[in-house]
Amino acid sequence: MLTVVLTPFAAALAAPFLVARLGERAVFLFALVPAGLFLWALANLGEAFPGRIEATPWVPGLSASLSFALDGLSALFTLLITGIGTLVVLYAGGYLHGHPQLGRFFAILFAFMGAMLGVVLSDNILALFVFWELTSLTSYLLVGFESGKAAARRAALQALLITGTGGLCLLAGLILLAEAGGSWELSDIALAQSWLQDSPLYTPALILILLGCFTKSAQFPFHSWLPGAMAAPTPVSAYLHSATMVKAGVYLLARLEPALGGSELWLYSLGIIGAITMLLGAVFALLETDLKLVLAWTTVSALGTLVFLLAPSQEPSVTAAMAFLLVHALYKGALFMVAGNIDHEAGTRDLTKLSGLMRAMPVTFAAAALASVSMAGLPAGLGWVAKEMIGTAKVADNIGLTLTAATVANAMLFAVAAIAGISPYFGAKSDAAAKAHEAPWTMLAGPVVLGGLGLIFGMVPQLAADRLIAPAASAVLGTKATLEITLFKAFDWKFMLTLATFAAGAMLFIAWRRYGAAWRERADPILARGPDRGYDHVLAGLAALAGWQTRIIQSGRLHRYVAASFVVIAVMVIASAFRGRFALAGLTDTGRVIEWAVIALTAAAAIVTAAATTRLLAVTALGMVGLGVAMLFMLFSAPDLAITQFMVETLVVVILALILIRLPGFRLSADGDGPRWLNLGIAGVMGTLVSLLLLGVLAEPFDMRLAEWFAAQSVPEGLGRNVVNVILVDFRALDTLGEITVVAAAAMGALAVMMRAARKPDGGRGPDGGRAPDGGEGKGR
Amino acid sequence: MEPALAILVGILVAVAVWLMLSRNFVRLLLGFAMLGNGVNLSIFVAGRLSREAPPLVVEGEVVLGAAAANALPQALVLTAIVIGFGLLSFALVLAWKAHERLGTVRTDEMRVAEPERTP
Repeated sequence: MLTVVLTPFAAALAAPFLVARLGERAVFLFALVPAGLFLWALANLGEAFPGRIEATPWVPGLSASLSFALDGLSALFTLLITGIGTLVVLYAGGYLHGHPQLGRFFAILFAFMGAMLGVVLSDNILALFVFWELTSLTSYLLVGFESGKAAARRAALQALLITGTGGLCLLAGLILLAEAGGSWELSDIALAQSWLQDSPLYTPALILILLGCFTKSAQFPFHSWLPGAMAAPTPVSAYLHSATMVKAGVYLLARLEPALGGSELWLYSLGIIGAITMLLGAVFALLETDLKLVLAWTTVSALGTLVFLLAPSQEPSVTAAMAFLLVHALYKGALFMVAGNIDHEAGTRDLTKLSGLMRAMPVTFAAAALASVSMAGLPAGLGWVAKEMIGTAKVADNIGLTLTAATVANAMLFAVAAIAGISPYFGAKSDAAAKAHEAPWTMLAGPVVLGGLGLIFGMVPQLAADRLIAPAASAVLGTKATLEITLFKAFDWKFMLTLATFAAGAMLFIAWRRYGAAWRERADPILARGPDRGYDHVLAGLAALAGWQTRIIQSGRLHRYVAASFVVIAVMVIASAFRGRFALAGLTDTGRVIEWAVIALTAAAAIVTAAATTRLLAVTALGMVGLGVAMLFMLFSAPDLAITQFMVETLVVVILALILIRLPGFRLSADGDGPRWLNLGIAGVMGTLVSLLLLGVLAEPFDMRLAEWFAAQSVPEGLGRNVVNVILVDFRALDTLGEITVVAAAAMGALAVMMRAARKPDGGRGPDGGRAPDGGEGKGR
Repeated sequence: MEPALAILVGILVAVAVWLMLSRNFVRLLLGFAMLGNGVNLSIFVAGRLSREAPPLVVEGEVVLGAAAANALPQALVLTAIVIGFGLLSFALVLAWKAHERLGTVRTDEMRVAEPERTP
């Protein structure tokens, strides 16, 4: 299965070269890739229940393995991704005919295809997340494909920010899930329901995962990016934003249903958000005139329906969800391609300008009609079957409110099906229809095949039920689901309700034709204050926040940076070190007088350095501190250190004196170093912390192993009697080489700076008196 | 004597931090030198102390005597002293150069890299 997932990525790499070499004929070659994968999925359908898992180690240390699982759910999605993918590739070849960046388009499209396959086939949570983010990224690139248009760029960024933020929530949620479930494999987590739901991590994990799924699947109030994403080329809208990517959230919900479903939180959050999204999408669909936007809103509504159906975690509703998933992918893919055909051939997508297209575009009309029948849920379409099942599910839930919500949404979608699928073809011939002509066959294949499939499955629903829907529902439920479909059940109140829904939808359609313009006028000011505007506000607020915190944190003043660094260090040390038992070492010996004297002298010299206001005193006191430290090295058996320290300290004092002499008079006092008490506080805390830590370290038993190893190996291995030297030049020779390099680099750097200083004399020190222009570089001579 | 030295390290660090919080570049560098001393001493002390027993293998022996000082922290501190010196010298030269260019040793007046009005 790794090969299956990687194949589209390979195609993505090859696509630009193939387009460059073969031109547009390469499209037919491209279509073979998803077609082949489609056949693979068909051939493997038999293994879909209970499923098959293949694992390849990836990063074993992080429990990330490339494990893939094929079961009914992933098989259904794989078939949709590859099947619709094939048609979309063909369609894009016609739609983007003559586009200069065809290679780039197919590269991104194939990368998306691979990522989407990765999402639905991954068994490992981390792998799933990586592929999930890849779909967001490729979606961003595809929405912004027409990068010259500002609207496309804005829509792409909005989609990326919303799904990306959701992705971050999802990552946190998935990690919590793995912690609570005790495994990084989805197949293991699915079995962990009993203890997972008792875990204190359950609620935060569920909320975070829901945020990830709801943003991806455009649920209220995160739906605003999906209509915006219609800025993408139509093949992309058909593929990513109706049939596949937006369903990734639904997929993950279904995938996690066995582990997370069944709780009240699950039931109510999915039920309520799904119902709101379902109704909202249907209402907005009635208020648009752009064909693609109408379809986008019905997609929002359909995604709401799917989430809504996943809420109860019971067999009838899950089965209905899977059936509706299949139906929706088929008819919505077809309708988007039809919309693209109309846009492409008639030059507009504005419904108010489209009528009488039937004569010019008969095949497109046929495909649109088939898809609309399915969408409206009329008999003979697969939609009828799905609708029946949804009806059963609703009755099973036995909640009057949900029944009402779903029925109202259904009626509205019926009307929209008529608006988007039927009305452009009838009536008087519009200007657009006069110059329209039929699309090329590549652009007809998609809608006709998808619409036809809806019809075939509608005629023999048991085929779809046995091979696709039941296995998928089984994977979600965890037990084997069987499905008996009868096209016509009984003349009962449910059937009456369906008829009433049709009637209401038809009336709504008639009302739309008459009053649609008035509705839009009424709704516009309300729409202007929706989440899309909220997104703008959030973005502006974020920019303001970033500016504010940059001004605070990055003040450009060194002393504030230094203070901030020390405060952070102090807080982190306090937070991490002083937990539980903390013993301090006490004095175990009285020590010699000279030791106490040197310590006292060093401390006194340090304090004098801090208080000194003249440069000479400060440098002298600092030198005293250094010499004191050297004497301590001497007293405690470190002659090598003492020698080095003496030498270095002398050099430091000499260099300091040399440089301070060259700087004209200034006082070294702490004038203007306010607020003084704060600085004193920070310094005091830091000093105390270091002392306490060191005392704590000294109270612990000392591990002598390293010291003993060096003591024992110095002569036999390093052939030297001075152990410190042997460590430096033998055991840790590379360290010493690095040290020498650093010192050499510092010396060269200092030399370079000094030579430039000599060339650019100031105050008559250099060989000539010329001064470079203000702020200019010294001229090399 | 380790605890007494631990207190001394604390004093050195406190003085170093106090100096480094100054807006005077030269004071900052003095603090920097002081911090190096404090840190070196703390590494040295953490490796435990011993008196009059430098880590030298006696002629004729193969293994260092059991009472001898711990050699490893000494080797580490030796490296640290030299590197600290290199860094300090370079910083001092920079300070000199900066003073020449900008005519000030006060860090809050050095605003070339991050001017007052950054957007």
